[in-house]
Amino acid sequence: MSSETVNSAAPGARSSVRAVIQSNLRDYGLVVALLAIMVFFQFTTNGTLFKPVNLTNLVLQNSYIIIMALGMLLVIVGGHIDLSVGSVSGFIGAVAAILMVEYGFNPLVAGVLCIMLGGLIGASQGFWIAYLKIPSFIVTLAGMLVFKGLSLAILGGRSVGPFPPEFQMLSAGFIPDVFGPIAIPQGGAAPITLHTTTLVIGIAIVVAMIYFSLTSRAARERHGYEAEPFALFAVKTAVIGALILFFTYTLASYRGIPNVMVVMSILIALFVFITKMTTLGRRIYALGGNAKAAQLSGIKTERLTFYIFVIMGALSALAGLIFAARLNTATPKAGQGFELDVIAAVFIGGASMAGGVGQVAGAVIGAFIMGVMNNGMSIMGVNIDWQQVIKGLVLLGAVVFDVYNKNKA
Amino acid sequence: MSKTILEMRGITKTFPGVKALQDVNLDVVEGEIHAIVGENGAGKSTLMKVLSGVYPHGSYEGEVVFEGNECHFKGIHDSEKVGIVIIHQELALVPLLSIAENIFLGNERARNGVIDWAEVRNGARKLLETVGLDEDPDTFVTHLGTGKQQLVEIAKALSKKVKLLILDEPTASLAEKDSNALLDLLVSFKKQGIASILISHKLNEVSKVADRITVLRDGKTIETMNRAEISEDRIITSMVGRPIEDRYPARTPQVGETLFEVKNWVVHHPIHTERQVIKGVNLNVRKGEVVGIAGLMGSGRTELAMSLFGRTYGHAISGDVFMNRKPVDTSTVRKAVDAGIAYVTEDRKTYGLNLIDHIKHNVSIANLLGVSRGGVIDDLKELKVANDYRARTNIRSSSVYQLTGNLSGGNQQKVVLSKWLFADPQLLILDEPTRGIDVGAKYEIYTIINKLAGEGRGILVISSEMPELLGICDRIYVMNEGRIVGELAGDEASQEKIMRAIVRGEGKTA
Ligand SMILES: Nc1ncnc2c1ncn2[C@@H]1O[C@H](COP(=O)(O)OP(=O)(O)OP(=O)(O)O)[C@@H](O)[C@H]1O
Ligand SMILES: [Mg+2]
Repeated sequence: MSSETVNSAAPGARSSVRAVIQSNLRDYGLVVALLAIMVFFQFTTNGTLFKPVNLTNLVLQNSYIIIMALGMLLVIVGGHIDLSVGSVSGFIGAVAAILMVEYGFNPLVAGVLCIMLGGLIGASQGFWIAYLKIPSFIVTLAGMLVFKGLSLAILGGRSVGPFPPEFQMLSAGFIPDVFGPIAIPQGGAAPITLHTTTLVIGIAIVVAMIYFSLTSRAARERHGYEAEPFALFAVKTAVIGALILFFTYTLASYRGIPNVMVVMSILIALFVFITKMTTLGRRIYALGGNAKAAQLSGIKTERLTFYIFVIMGALSALAGLIFAARLNTATPKAGQGFELDVIAAVFIGGASMAGGVGQVAGAVIGAFIMGVMNNGMSIMGVNIDWQQVIKGLVLLGAVVFDVYNKNKA
Repeated sequence: MSKTILEMRGITKTFPGVKALQDVNLDVVEGEIHAIVGENGAGKSTLMKVLSGVYPHGSYEGEVVFEGNECHFKGIHDSEKVGIVIIHQELALVPLLSIAENIFLGNERARNGVIDWAEVRNGARKLLETVGLDEDPDTFVTHLGTGKQQLVEIAKALSKKVKLLILDEPTASLAEKDSNALLDLLVSFKKQGIASILISHKLNEVSKVADRITVLRDGKTIETMNRAEISEDRIITSMVGRPIEDRYPARTPQVGETLFEVKNWVVHHPIHTERQVIKGVNLNVRKGEVVGIAGLMGSGRTELAMSLFGRTYGHAISGDVFMNRKPVDTSTVRKAVDAGIAYVTEDRKTYGLNLIDHIKHNVSIANLLGVSRGGVIDDLKELKVANDYRARTNIRSSSVYQLTGNLSGGNQQKVVLSKWLFADPQLLILDEPTRGIDVGAKYEIYTIINKLAGEGRGILVISSEMPELLGICDRIYVMNEGRIVGELAGDEASQEKIMRAIVRGEGKTA
């Protein structure tokens, strides 16, 4: 995931494939773990996991966790924690329901208001954390209780729904097929209809990915900086490309790309960009790595912390909207326990409790690992209690692997 | 000759990409003070970590023989059991526990898990007496200065029936008086048969107390000198690999107009807000001038610098700051940096570096605008900058992607310097810039200072080492108890005059 650790070998010497793999063990390990878990469940569920319907479901089920994991990554890299995200998302779902169902607000207006409210909630928590130096664990623990209580209060204990159809489209809709479907005859069986637009997008993404990684590689070499060995680069790109094609093909053979996935992908891309390429991202890593040194380097650490929580609040709100749209009602229980999945995803993805370390890609893969396990175990009929036990052990295992790896180095 | 208690033979230790130790040999005889010297990154701390089991048996090659037995330490516990105690470069006391609790930490005086407080206090009192520390055992460690904390560490070591005491740069942040007390203590231990290994960059004290000196260079043993052979010049030659004629590079000062001026600067203590820490300081630095601030520990020099730099220290601050004769606002770090001021802290690990990130990111962090456009970082430009500064300040590392936490002290200091050089300040405030740094690296840092002054920048150096100030400064302010009590031109200053100014200043405040 980070192209930079690749260069930690002695300058001049071209780094060997083995050295590169070794120094990126964590990153590759995570991807391999996800693939292994997927293959495992593909077998144990007799091929249900990769069925187009199920894969689509997997995306829909995990989108809100992933969206919150993006914000949580910033929070944790910045050296904090946010326990309130589940409650906040539930609360926002409730507010959205009241606005749309009871007061007949236009879904778009209500959605924007809700996300702004989420930002405001983040700001109100961030204020205590950033400026008054109250530990985030405590502030957001309080926030968790407060917003859990508030959703109960405004819903009066009932469920409110259904939402207007336009709003439901957020979680139940798919992108339109502007090119029109194509049908592939299957001999005697019913033909497979493919969502052409989805295929085109998939191919476009792969082409763009190859183009950009080749040009940035060339730029490095032109300036005399070594890049990773070509063989490794080629294999990596080929594997990722193949995965994207397989994934979009599977989606295309169902109903195409879900609307949420568009939202989610844009956000993931945005957060990868922020954390890797912007000064904002760099400052967050510096803050988490050594807050005092960051402050003495001229970084406005308090304002930065404040904004991190504003972003987290807005993303929790978005996640709350998606979840409400998916259930098509707002219930007082919505969002409960989400914070645990979100935080677990970020830590499985390699972030460090102490701050300063963590990658967006890791958090997303971590969320998918949790999601595939949830999904796979449900299909297998594993009881919810044992699901919890297994998820807990996986989280522990991932972090132990991390710490062990670090000590060995 | 008394008997050898420790022998380390053929020690080799590698980290990914670095051979930190290569076939190193060391022997220590009973009751001697054995000094280990060498440049930053020579492998001194690493060797001691091998000896004390921080790097467990199996993670290095070679053998460690203590009192005739080959040792396979798995951790610090094992080495302490046989009487080897290490006091690390970074002190390891728990600030919010009392002196007594710290002394017996991990070694509690307890019956069935219940602590016997009377015995703890008595034991602590006795040990404090031995090390000559006159403090109540119930005092919290956080209330002690570094010098006293160092003594608590030693008391803690003594509580463990120590036979070989290892001190990694114990005097780096001590005032001269405290250093001398500590060294005297080591000498007194000799009579009790306790041997010490002393790592230090202060060659004068090493040559004063050491019985033998082993020199390391680039992870190899160069030689071991006996008492009779010891001289500072010989040590330096052996450390650096060539003789150094002059410890301070020559410079012809070209002093211009006033660059930086502070008037009536008053700072109050952040907690005891009624107490003035800085009591009306006036000073100035001209373009191209290297100005020093001398004074004893606790005279308020760091507090002055930090309060000037974005008010990062203090409360109810008043006074005026001028750059190029225009008043400037330095109320936040950002504003101070924008006004052209940079401050290199005395504590590079806690305040200067992000130790879990690499050199490249540390160098650019104070001037991200310089490597970005519209908030987007230009990775190649940043890499180029990092490589440039790595070359300019001669940072020794495998590449700019080495974590700063794995660099030796001197190289860490060069990273902090690089960070601020890249921010392109007009005034550079350096707080103890050469603390814990070897002679060679010191020379390099002085050269950098000279070059910056040559470019017309102003340099303000805070240092507790008077010879250093005398060697590099054009003008020296003397500070005592929050006041400027003297100002001396570089060529007429001397240690005596500085001390006299301090004493006179003390008379005034009394
Ligand atoms: N954990 C580590 N990983 C990688 N390299 C390391 C690690 N620890 C030390 N090194 C490297 O080993 C070499 C020896 O370091 P060491 O800390 O022993 O030096 P030193 O002689 O104690 O220096 P100083 O006087 O600055 O304290 C250095 O080049 C350092 O960068
Ligand atoms: Mg050291």
